[in-house]
This record gives sequence, structure tokens and C-alpha cells, in this order.
Amino acid sequence: MGWFNRKKKHIAPTTKKTVIPDGQWVKCDDCGELLHVKQLEVNSWVCLKCNHHFRIGSEEYIKILLDENSFKETEKKMRSANPLEFVDTKDYNERLKTSMKKTGLNDAVRTGIGKINGKKVAFAAMDFKFIGGSMGSVVGEKIARIIDKALENKIPLIIVSQSGGARMMEGALSLMQLAKTSARLTRLADAHIPYISILTDPTTGGTTASYAMLGDINIAEPKALIGFAGPRVIKQTIGRDLPKGFQRSEFLLEKGFVDMIVNRKELKDKISLLLDFLG
Amino acid sequence: MINNILDFEKPIVELEQKIEEMKKLDDNLDIKEEIKTLEEKINHLKKSVYENLTRWQRVQLARHPQRPYTLDYIYNMTEDFVELHGDRLFRDDKAIVGGLAKLGNEKVMIIGHQKGRDTKSNLYRNFGMPNPEGYRKALRLMKMAEKFNIPIITMLDTPGAYPGLEAEERGQAEAIARNLFEMSKMRVPIIVVIIGEGASGGALGIGVGNRVLMLENTWYSVISPESCSSILWRSWEYKEQAAEALKLTAKDLLELKIIDRIIPEPLGGAHKNQEEMAKILKEVLLEELAALKKMKPEKLVEDRIEKFGAMGVYIE
Ligand SMILES: [Zn+2]
Repeated sequence: MGWFNRKKKHIAPTTKKTVIPDGQWVKCDDCGELLHVKQLEVNSWVCLKCNHHFRIGSEEYIKILLDENSFKETEKKMRSANPLEFVDTKDYNERLKTSMKKTGLNDAVRTGIGKINGKKVAFAAMDFKFIGGSMGSVVGEKIARIIDKALENKIPLIIVSQSGGARMMEGALSLMQLAKTSARLTRLADAHIPYISILTDPTTGGTTASYAMLGDINIAEPKALIGFAGPRVIKQTIGRDLPKGFQRSEFLLEKGFVDMIVNRKELKDKISLLLDFLG
Repeated sequence: MINNILDFEKPIVELEQKIEEMKKLDDNLDIKEEIKTLEEKINHLKKSVYENLTRWQRVQLARHPQRPYTLDYIYNMTEDFVELHGDRLFRDDKAIVGGLAKLGNEKVMIIGHQKGRDTKSNLYRNFGMPNPEGYRKALRLMKMAEKFNIPIITMLDTPGAYPGLEAEERGQAEAIARNLFEMSKMRVPIIVVIIGEGASGGALGIGVGNRVLMLENTWYSVISPESCSSILWRSWEYKEQAAEALKLTAKDLLELKIIDRIIPEPLGGAHKNQEEMAKILKEVLLEELAALKKMKPEKLVEDRIEKFGAMGVYIE
């Protein structure tokens, strides 16, 4: 939920923002190395010098994880209806419009059917750049429907999460998406269809407290922020600094909440291998 | 007592005190007339105050320090309560209580958040903010209920899941996610009642049911008005506006088709008459239970998944 505050801090902003004006060179958020966009793209947006995983969006994940031109998008047009007519310092309608214009997306997740090394999968990838990757009615419904697609076609489900949590501007409706998506996953489990959850930086709040934590296999990208409460809130609660590496992928692996950390460059082949085992 | 009175309760309480004072006076006919007029005035005042509460005022009532909590309902509504402790993994979380009880002639598993009433008991109950072991205890009890074919009643009243360091270490998110998943497929009836504060995932973590009921003066949303204010307005000062924007009252949620039913409270709120409140709730629960008990296990599961599946508003 803390995407407004987090923006300012050291957590990497979206790749687009880091692109230097001429559009060809990018500075690594971690080591400061100047890298060419083409070079980075070939390297799955992982720093060639320090292995920093740049924050990328659904478009890049589709390219990296799915076979070329295999992605057929579903529910592309679905968008928020602003059911609460929510206004804070800004009108939610305005926030939506601005986000749509800026990102070219209709909401914070894209879903569809694609192939991984020739194997058909139901696929979803979230976009932090769309209102902090927050889950409202649209994200919840699109996730629920892609679960249905996996079930109908008896194909595995892959969800790439990247989200600040449930979307405040849709109030309790956002909250109920946690239950909606988790409930729907029980049908997939009953049908013995594998679900692999990929947790990327950041995955927090209601998204972690629902489908992101419910994979048969949970895979994290290196050093991703993953948790329920945001670090700022926890710090406030306990009144002291948080230990280094707290709520990062490596911490979650140590505590037993993800199965493995996989470098983005090896992610596709790892998923492919796992699907080979699970069916 | 006096510091437990909310701003909008003050004029009512003042009038009530005045009457009490006058009643102590002589059996003077004039005074009796005066008392009668005052009592009428109070009734008018109460009705208009409680019918026109703002959303923020409802939030305040939901947090009223005299408000009945889960254990109060259990003691006032049920018999033979046997509390069950622990998640069998780490420890017993005091912010969630649960156990077997008899509600009328029905055996039930009752599970709910539990707040404390003073500093000491609030520390003991962690202000009703569960750690992962609380959700895991709740799940253990629900699975037991399922095993012995006993319906489940959950009571929601929490300012949120505890945002602590150890809670994260032990997988707060996983614990809540697991409950949402497992509650969806329980083969016994589940009735959820919001009895106070329904703050976000910490509340929903025991909130997936066939029926979701809300007491009249409670709130349920994705975030508390204060936190919403601090994030969206970047200040704690806009909690009233945030409460309005979030549409978090029982009436709002009934309109949004998130809850099934609003349970009326005694005039002035549940804290004005705990026994009466418990009696009203007990009747509603027995009525709802009777209907759900007619449903087959597969149907109960299907019903729950479809129920939550229908929640959400979007444009296609
Ligand atoms: Zn680097």
C-alpha cells in the first residue's frame, strides 16, 4: 500500500524513468554503471556488472518468459469503474486516466495464454507502474478469469506479481479481491493443475496475502521486497531500524516462504523444468 | 467512565444525568412533568443523532471502549464454551480466541479477534492484532470443525494484522493467504460477523463465509481511515474525509453487495446494552444457521467461491 511513500526512497524506480534523455543509456540503480538499453534488453534487464534486477513490467516479462509471439492477451479492455467515486487529494478517475495515458495499460495486470518452451500456459504479469501495481476489482477479476482459463484448458498457471497491495480507492471491494482470487485457486488445486507464483520487486500487502503466496511453487527474483506490512509501517510500530535484508527475497527463502530465488535470466528455463515435473 | 464518552454522545449523556439527578429529588408533580418532557427530548435527540451519524462517527462507535468483544458475545450467547488454544506450531496467539460452544441447540466452533479493555489486557491481547500464529490457530480450529461436521462462526474485530518484525518473519502474508484459500473450501457452513473493526487483510483472514453479516455500527475496509489519510493526504488529519471516501459502513457494504445483512444494535450502540445485543445476534445466527445447514457440503463450498467471485465492479 505504501507506493506513494516508497517512490521517493532508494527502491528502484521504473526502468523508463531511469532512461537517460537520448533513450539509449541507462544508469544501474545499484552500482551506477552506465548500460546500453539494447545490452540490458538482451540480458533480461539485469545489470551486467552487479546483477541488479531492474524493475520491468508486464511487456518485458511477456518477452522474457514466453515464446516469441505466443502471447494471446485476454480481457484486454477491462478497466476500473470507480465504484466508490473515490476522491482524495485527486479524483480517482483522474488517477486512472493519467496512469492509462502514461503506461498505455488499462490496469495493473495483463493476462493471456502463451507458451513456455512450447508448453501452453495461462499467464499473468502485474505492472507496478500502474497505481503501484495495486489490486482493485479489475486485477482481482482478471486474475480470477485467467485461473478459469487454466482450469478450462487444463494448462499450468504462471503469475508474476509486482504490487503494493490492495487498491485503497476501491475500499472493501479491493479487499474482497484477496478472497476472490484465493477462493478461485482452490479449484485449480482440486484439478491438480500446477500454479507457479513469481514474486518480483515489490510484492507486498494484499497481493502477498493472497495469490502471490499460494503457488505450488513460489519463486522470488533476487533482492525483491516481499512482505505483508510495508517496511515504513513496521519501523514505526517497533520503533527501531529494520535489520539489513529484512523482507528481501533472501530473507524469505531463509524463513521458508519461497522455494527458491532464481535469476531472471534463468527464470524461463527453471519454470519450464518445473512444469516438466508437475505436468 | 466520563472519558469514554464520544463527542456526539455528550449531549445525550448530559440530559440522562440531569434526569437521574431530578429523579432523586422529591416526588413533586412539577418535577415529574419536567422529567417526562426531558425523556421525550432525549428520545428525539437519540434517534436523530444515531440515524445521522457520519461514517467517522460510526468508526468511533465501532471502537467504543465499552463495546462487546468476541468473548462477551460468547458468554452472553452460548453455553458450555470450551476454549481451545494454540496453533501447534509456534504458540497461542491471544489476539484470536476460539473454541467449541452451544448456541441454543446448535454445536458451533466460534472464532474471533479479541481486544482488551484496559492497558494490561490490551497488551495481553496485543490490541486485537493477530500474529501469524493467530491465523494458524483459527485454521486449525476450523479444520477440526470441518472434521466433526460442526458449523463455524467467526467474529471480526481488529485494527489490523500486527505489523511487526516477527510477524513478517513467521509469514503474516502466507498465514492470511492460506486461511483465505482453506476457508473457501471448508465443507461446513461458515457465518462471518463483523462486530467492531474490520481492518483489511487482518480481518478478512478469518472472514470468508457463506454469510457475511455486519452489526450496525461497525466498519470494514481495505485500510483504516487514519492510515488512508496518512498515505493519500500525507497527513493524519484527514481521517473524517478518508472514512467518507472509503464507504466503509454496514450500509455502504450492503449496497456494494459485500455483506448480506445488517444487524441492528440497541439505540446508542451495542455498548449501551450488551445483553440485548447478544440476544439480537443470537437470533440472527440461529436463523442463518438453520438455512445453511440444509446445504450439502459441495454446495457450501461452491456457494462461497461464487459469492466472493461476484464481488467487484469493473467495465468490460
Ligand atoms: Zn549494476
